[in-house]
Amino acid sequence: MTASTQPNLRKLTPVVQPSVIVKIGKTMKPWGDSFIKNVLPALIVGAIFLLIWEWMTSSASATLPAPSKVISDTWELIVNPFYNHGGTDVGMGWQILASLERVAYGYTLAVIAGISLGVLVGQSTWAMRGLDPIFQILRTVPPLAWLPISLAAFQDSNPSAIFVIFITAIWPIIINTSVGIRNIPEDYRNVSRVLSLNGYEYFVKIMLPAAAPYIFTGLRIGIGLSWLAIVAAEMLIGGVGIGFFIWDAWNASMISDIVLALIYVGVVGFLLDRFIGFISTLVTRGTSAQ
Amino acid sequence: MSKHYLAIEGVNKTFGTGNKATCVLKDVNLNIEKGEYISIIGHSGCGKSTVLNIVAGLLSASKGGVILDGKEVNSPGPDRSVVFQNHSLLPWLTVYENVALAVNKTFKKTKTAKQRHDWILRSLEMVHMSHALDKRPAEISGGMKQRVGIARALAMEPKVLLLDEPFGALDALTRAHLQDEVMKIQAEINSTIIMITHDVDEAVLLSDRIVMMTNGPEATIGEILTIDLPKPRNRIELADDPKYNRYRREVLRFLYEKQRKIEPLSSAKKSDSINAQSNSKAVNA
Ligand SMILES: Nc1ncnc2c1ncn2[C@@H]1O[C@H](COP(=O)(O)OP(=O)(O)OP(=O)(O)O)[C@@H](O)[C@H]1O
Ligand SMILES: [Mg+2]
Repeated sequence: MTASTQPNLRKLTPVVQPSVIVKIGKTMKPWGDSFIKNVLPALIVGAIFLLIWEWMTSSASATLPAPSKVISDTWELIVNPFYNHGGTDVGMGWQILASLERVAYGYTLAVIAGISLGVLVGQSTWAMRGLDPIFQILRTVPPLAWLPISLAAFQDSNPSAIFVIFITAIWPIIINTSVGIRNIPEDYRNVSRVLSLNGYEYFVKIMLPAAAPYIFTGLRIGIGLSWLAIVAAEMLIGGVGIGFFIWDAWNASMISDIVLALIYVGVVGFLLDRFIGFISTLVTRGTSAQ
Repeated sequence: MSKHYLAIEGVNKTFGTGNKATCVLKDVNLNIEKGEYISIIGHSGCGKSTVLNIVAGLLSASKGGVILDGKEVNSPGPDRSVVFQNHSLLPWLTVYENVALAVNKTFKKTKTAKQRHDWILRSLEMVHMSHALDKRPAEISGGMKQRVGIARALAMEPKVLLLDEPFGALDALTRAHLQDEVMKIQAEINSTIIMITHDVDEAVLLSDRIVMMTNGPEATIGEILTIDLPKPRNRIELADDPKYNRYRREVLRFLYEKQRKIEPLSSAKKSDSINAQSNSKAVNA
C-alpha cells in the first residue's frame, strides 16, 4: 500500500504548492503589497516545513507518515466531514462540534462563575483573604487530575468532561477579573462617588468597562486552556469528540488520522483564540490604552 | 448654625491610627459666601487636596465638619462636583457620553431626555468642545480633556465647584486659555468655586480670596488674602497694576518667607522655582 501511493503523490505535492501561491498572489493584489509581505513568509515557511517533513518520512522505515500519505490516507475524512455511520463513527466535523459543544458548556459556566467570583474577590478584601489561598492551591492542579473525582461525583462521562473544562478555564478568569477590579484607578471610584452612582450603575458603567481588558485576558487564556483540556479529557471518557477520535485512531494504528486530527485541533484552537480576541477588541474598543 | 453658604468648621484630619497616625489638618476654619471664588495655595503635601476632598465628601473629617447651605456634608454628592487634577474622564466613553453619564444621573427625575440632551450639548459648548462629541479621551489633547472634565462638573449644576489643580498638567498657553474660560463661565453662572493651585498668578487672577495654608503636618489656614480687583479681569492689563503685584508679592512672601520648607532637598527645589517664577507664569511645583 505504501509503495503504491507514495510515487504518484510525490508528483502531486510540487504541483499543488506553486498553484496555491499563484492563486493567493492574484487574489491578494487588491490588498496591496504589504499583505503579501505578511502572508508570503508564512506560506514559504509552511512549504519548506512540508518538504522537510516529506523528505524525512519518505524512507520505507519511517515510523510516521509523510504529508502526502496523510492526505491520501485521510482523503475520505477530509472530503466528508459530516458523514454519520452511527455510534462514534462520524465525520471529523461532528467530532469537532461535539468537542466544541462540551467546551461551550464548560467555558460558559466558567465565564459566569469566574467573573462573579473575580468581582467578589476584587471588591472585598475579606473575600480575597479567605478565597485567594484556596484559588492559588487549586489552580495548580492539572486539569486531568480533576477527572476521576468528577467522574465519581457525576457518575457520567459527559458532565465530567464539562466539569473538567469548567475547572480548567475558571482560574485565569477569576484571577484576571479580580486583578482588573483591584486595579480600577481610585479616580474612577471617586467619579462614581461624586455622581452618586448606585451599586448596579457602578458595576455596569465603571467596574466592568474598567476591568474589561483584564477580564478579556483571562477569558482568552481560559479558552486556550479549555481546548487543551478537552482533548485530553475526551481521550479518557470516550464517546464522540476529537479527543476520543485521536485515541481511537491510535488504537487502530491510523497515524494519518491522528495527524489530520491534530491539524483540526490546532486550527480550531487558533480560531477560538482569535474569536475571543476579536470580541475583546470589539468590546474594549482600544480603551485598554491610557 | 452657620449663616454662611459654605462653612468649614474646626476640621481636623488624622490619617492612620496608633503610633502611625499623622495629623495632617488641624483646626481648619473657613467661611465661604455664595458666588465666591476661593483659591487654596500652599506647599506640596500640606493638605490642600485633603481639605477639598473633605468638602467633596470623599474623605470624612476626624473632627469638625462641613456645612453647605444649612446641611452637613457627610458623603459625596452631585451638589459638590469635582474637577480632578488628572481630568478622570472615563476612557471607554466618548466626550458626549462622559458628560451624559453625569447629566443623566443628576437630572434623571427633573429633566426630560430631550432637555438633558440639550443640556449636555450646551455644557460642552460652554467649554468649546462641541466639535469633538464622539471622540474618546485618548483621541483629544490634555487641555481638551481638562475642558471636558470642567464641562462634566459644571453640567451637574453644583452648589459648589471643586477644582483640584485643574490646570496643573497643562502648558502655559492652554492654561491661560482655560483660566479665561473659567472666569467667563463664572461670571455667567455665578457659581461658588474652591480651587487648589500652585500658581500664584493663577490664584490672584481668578480669586476673590486666597487661602494660604501653613506647612504640614498639622497644617491649617495661615492667612487669607482678599483680592480687591474689579471683574472681569484681564491678565495683560493686570500685569502692570500695582495692586495686582502687591497681592502677588504677599502670596509669595507667605509661601517663601513665612512658610519656607525646612527639608533641605525640597527647599532647594523651591528656591529654584521662585527664581523661575518672576519670569514665567508657568511655575508648578
Ligand atoms: N490616604 C492617606 N493616608 C495617609 N496619609 C495621607 C493620605 N492622603 C494624604 N496623606 C498625607 O496627607 C498629607 C497631605 O496630603 P494632600 O494630598 O492633601 O496634600 P496636597 O497639599 O494636596 O499636596 P499636593 O500639592 O502635592 O497635591 C500628605 O503628607 C500625605 O502624605
Ligand atoms: Mg493635592
